[in-house]
Amino acid sequence: MKDTVEIRWHGRGGQGAKTAALLLADVAFKTGKYVQGFPEYGPERMGAPITAYNRISSSPITVHSNIYEPDYVVVVDESLLESIDVTKGLNPKGAVIVNSARSKEEIAAHLHGYQGAVYTVDAKSISIKALGKNYPNSPMLAAVVAVSKVMDKDAFLTEMKASFRHKFAKKPEVIDGNMMALELAFAEAQ
Amino acid sequence: MAVRERLSGNEAVAYAIKQINPDVMPAFPITPSTEIPQYVANYIANGEIDTEFIHVESEHSAMSATIGASAAGARALTATSSCGMALMWEELYIAASDRLPIVLALVNRALTGPININADHSDSMGARDTGWIQIYAESNQEVYDNFIQAFPIAEDKSVHLPVMICQDGFITSHGVENILLVEDDKVKEFVGEYEPEHYLLNPAEKMAVGPYAVSNYYMETKRGQRQAMLNAKQVILEVAAKFEEMTGRRYGFFEEYQMEDAEYAVVIIGSAAGTCKAAIDEIRNTTGKKVGLIKIRVFRPFPEEELAKALSKVKAAAIMDRSEMFAATSGPLGAEVRAAMYQAHCEAEVVNYFYGLGGRDITVSDFMTVYDNLETMAKTHVVTGMYDYIGLRSGQSEEVMPPKNMEV
Amino acid sequence: MANEKIYDRINEKSPWQDITEGNKIFEAATSREFCTGEWRTATPVWDREKCKQCLLCTPVCPDVSIPVTAGKREEFDYDHCKGCGICAKVCPFGAISMKEGK
Repeated sequence: MKDTVEIRWHGRGGQGAKTAALLLADVAFKTGKYVQGFPEYGPERMGAPITAYNRISSSPITVHSNIYEPDYVVVVDESLLESIDVTKGLNPKGAVIVNSARSKEEIAAHLHGYQGAVYTVDAKSISIKALGKNYPNSPMLAAVVAVSKVMDKDAFLTEMKASFRHKFAKKPEVIDGNMMALELAFAEAQ
Repeated sequence: MAVRERLSGNEAVAYAIKQINPDVMPAFPITPSTEIPQYVANYIANGEIDTEFIHVESEHSAMSATIGASAAGARALTATSSCGMALMWEELYIAASDRLPIVLALVNRALTGPININADHSDSMGARDTGWIQIYAESNQEVYDNFIQAFPIAEDKSVHLPVMICQDGFITSHGVENILLVEDDKVKEFVGEYEPEHYLLNPAEKMAVGPYAVSNYYMETKRGQRQAMLNAKQVILEVAAKFEEMTGRRYGFFEEYQMEDAEYAVVIIGSAAGTCKAAIDEIRNTTGKKVGLIKIRVFRPFPEEELAKALSKVKAAAIMDRSEMFAATSGPLGAEVRAAMYQAHCEAEVVNYFYGLGGRDITVSDFMTVYDNLETMAKTHVVTGMYDYIGLRSGQSEEVMPPKNMEV
Repeated sequence: MANEKIYDRINEKSPWQDITEGNKIFEAATSREFCTGEWRTATPVWDREKCKQCLLCTPVCPDVSIPVTAGKREEFDYDHCKGCGICAKVCPFGAISMKEGK
């Protein structure tokens, strides 16, 4: 069963956590994996805490439940650390990746005694540097790929570039910025 | 070669609609089925299909317009969920009794109240007596495959009944999974051109649809409808066999998973079956216990004898309902499977569980508990009651107890 | 087929196998075959002298039993008139009166 990697995303409505989970499913699919990407629907409101999930495996996945014991947790909005136990059930051999300008040590103090690895990525700064705007979800996507190693870096970047080319066919000027955001986040999460 | 893709359940249904290119689609939006008419409207706007999309003011009108279009001679369909289907109620009966081969993409969602947008089967189970064929799916792949088989079943001359293609709201409708798509030309050939024998827009034949039929005719009419349901059993299997020839994917009235030697069986409908399969693999790999699953695909017509046969050798069975029917006893699946087993003199201990109401999650470990309970029941021959719950918070140790004045 | 009535083929003695699928009727205007005039207990009588051909009576008739040709009403269709009396009520000129019986 554990050839399946399970990832849980915490974010706020409107920040793109669900989109990031679907993008991760997309890119993992393109590298030949079996994937699931699904949101947990609660109140559909901007700013409300939302959860999204990924399962990525080299064999077909039949489970249709939410994920309670993830291998990796991604926190797109660090203000959620105050209200949600984001590392609940998280595999101690896995990792939590938090979008924050603060240090790992500072973040670790808010994680209810989680013993596993903690990564921080300053997705906001990366995004502003690369794109001029705060779109934290693509840097966080790169970070979770870097930490979880669910696919190799080159395959990830190649597939992302192809999907940006498709997505931004009418404004190719933003492709380089998006690729730069991914590279920077990939490096920062190592 | 099949096309390897990753799609949500709603995308998969919309894609099947695009490949079929039906004549008319009236629809009114409701969560979680809204995306289906949205995607279809996009296909139409982009000129990829020439389906006539009708914007209507309610689901009552959506089904009315679908009925009108179908009676006129069009291949017609719609999509809805939950309260939307509740508003179609009288039309559901009319579609079936007028013997119109309509297809409804139903994304199962709990009926209000309390207000809830998540998956359970209370909408379609409430409509189980309307005369529609009902086909359920475990995964995005299955809902896509079922949708492609829907019109060939509905339009078969010996059937002529509407078909409801059901999937679990959000769980599959909004979850992205791997899927194998059938090539466009193959789908077109499989579904074929719709050539109705009788239709209102045929200038060569006078025709009236849906006349008044009082008690002198009503019962005979209903018997005719029943015959169509009986005929549908054969046709569903024939269409599935043709589909298997095309894709290699096999479908029947239900799927038997690890049932060859199973002593303990779960009977279930929908997406939770996949979770149950993971539990079965784990139990068989770690303990060798003989656990299995029957996942019902076709609930109407109800495969009574076939189910009883499939359950004839088990020691204990859990029939799991994702909807209440407030009989103050079993749920709909529990009642019908039990009746089938009773008639066939099955000796298994049986319990009916309610689970997953209003989207309550059910996990691999919940199914482990179910199989543990079945093992205990088979050993002690003590069943907790006609029904019980999985995943209910309760302040009492046993959820189901006979009322005091009933104890004998 | 031409002279055959629908109830020669489907009637109250028909077994379910003979009822058409969904009760579909492959004929038009079959209500003509039902002589609802037999139900009548009061009969409208048209006074041609008083009639101004205003045609107010025609559209209110529930049984389409006041035929109109070239803009003028004609004699009642007593095969289908049920004798409801609405035409008599609506006539401003007293040109329609109700008499008891057929």
